[in-house]
Amino acid sequence: MENSVQKELKVSALENGTVIDHIPSNRLFTAIKILKLETVSNPVYFGTNMNSQKYDSKGIIKISDRFFSREEINKIALVAPTATLIEIKNYKVVSKYTVETPDEIQSFVKCFNPKCITNYQAVPTKFKVFTDEFGTLKLRCHYCEKTTTQENMVFQ
Amino acid sequence: MKNRSLISINDYSKEEYLHILDIAEDFEKNPHQKILENHVIATLFFEPSTRTRLSFESAISQLGGKIIGFTDASSSSVSKGETLMDTIKTVANYSDLIVMRHPLDGSARWASEVSNVPIINAGDGANQHPTQCLLDMYSIRKTQGTLENIHIAFVGDLKYGRTVHSLVIALTQFNATFHLVSPEELKLPSVIKKYIKDAGLKYHQYTNMEAIMNKIDILYMTRIQRERFADPMEYERVKNSYILKNKMLENSKPTMRVLHPLPRVNEIEETVDKNPKAYYFQQARNGVYVREALLASILGLK
Repeated sequence: MENSVQKELKVSALENGTVIDHIPSNRLFTAIKILKLETVSNPVYFGTNMNSQKYDSKGIIKISDRFFSREEINKIALVAPTATLIEIKNYKVVSKYTVETPDEIQSFVKCFNPKCITNYQAVPTKFKVFTDEFGTLKLRCHYCEKTTTQENMVFQ
Repeated sequence: MKNRSLISINDYSKEEYLHILDIAEDFEKNPHQKILENHVIATLFFEPSTRTRLSFESAISQLGGKIIGFTDASSSSVSKGETLMDTIKTVANYSDLIVMRHPLDGSARWASEVSNVPIINAGDGANQHPTQCLLDMYSIRKTQGTLENIHIAFVGDLKYGRTVHSLVIALTQFNATFHLVSPEELKLPSVIKKYIKDAGLKYHQYTNMEAIMNKIDILYMTRIQRERFADPMEYERVKNSYILKNKMLENSKPTMRVLHPLPRVNEIEETVDKNPKAYYFQQARNGVYVREALLASILGLK
């Protein structure tokens, strides 16, 4: 009985909207920032440092009456490559998928190179996404051709 | 290549580079061809450069073209706060092609995206300087008869030298073997070495250049700047090992040539200039032919 009450609290049902699950706990707030959820007026629920069967701990976000394009949601793959998406309509799961790392990203990461033109003038940033020989995700700036690594990413 | 900007060494294919070098060869035989008489070329130097600017202006003049532009940003509306985009869009109205140098990395790529005339990058910060790379390739082909299978040594500052990085990348398409001679602190960055590895080619690293002298076809010297060293004692310790003297060239192949992007400070003794293996001043001259070839080919005249 006690268990089911706990469960109920964690996974309150959404009538329509999106659940983003399996976000690494320490990346939850970054994911919120990337999706610009600070500025929406829809109800948003989020939790972090929650127990997970798959991972040690996880973060989760639920947004009512809001659906994302693949392109939009794939932005969070940069910080949360394990994230899964569940879309709910009329209390029913209508689709479920894992985020995919995009090949190219535009306008939301800052270039790490302090001498890059994008850090001086109103030039929208643009990067090619690649993984190096050790499997680390990196961004190559379309303008200055320098590399920004995951730990140096700053989101605009 | 008509109407295509040249921003980065990776923008053109191997065949396109070889085509430019062929045209340059033709200009070397016959440098005064008045094919630019009806063209205006803008040379926008947002930061000063002597060699590159003069060599471009010489190339344009020899082809009969008109030059407009500025030689440093303080004499332009940039000093009033104009953005690069506005300067480029404006100058594109006045000219058929823009040659630009700018202190910020990536500025030339951005300019090529807002301009409706082609851009030639004459150096964007620490990023790219593709015309230097082309003239280096021209000099290698001219002195060795080929760009294929050469053994080349790069000596000095391999960490920060963008000319070294571009030339290494370009030569990975020609089956080169790389001998990298530098102090520990100034080794070639791993992102550049990756190009060599990915092409399945070999590189060897040394801290002293004498051991390799008899193996190489090209000795590419660069300047070591004191300010690159965190520890000034380390600079004092290493500086003399990277100065080229005539005696060191004795065991080298008779066909070996010494290149240097210039300016030189003290890394090649002046007595070496008379050595028939010294090629750096001819190399600078080759810059004019290569730039003539680029202008002609981008404007669709060759």
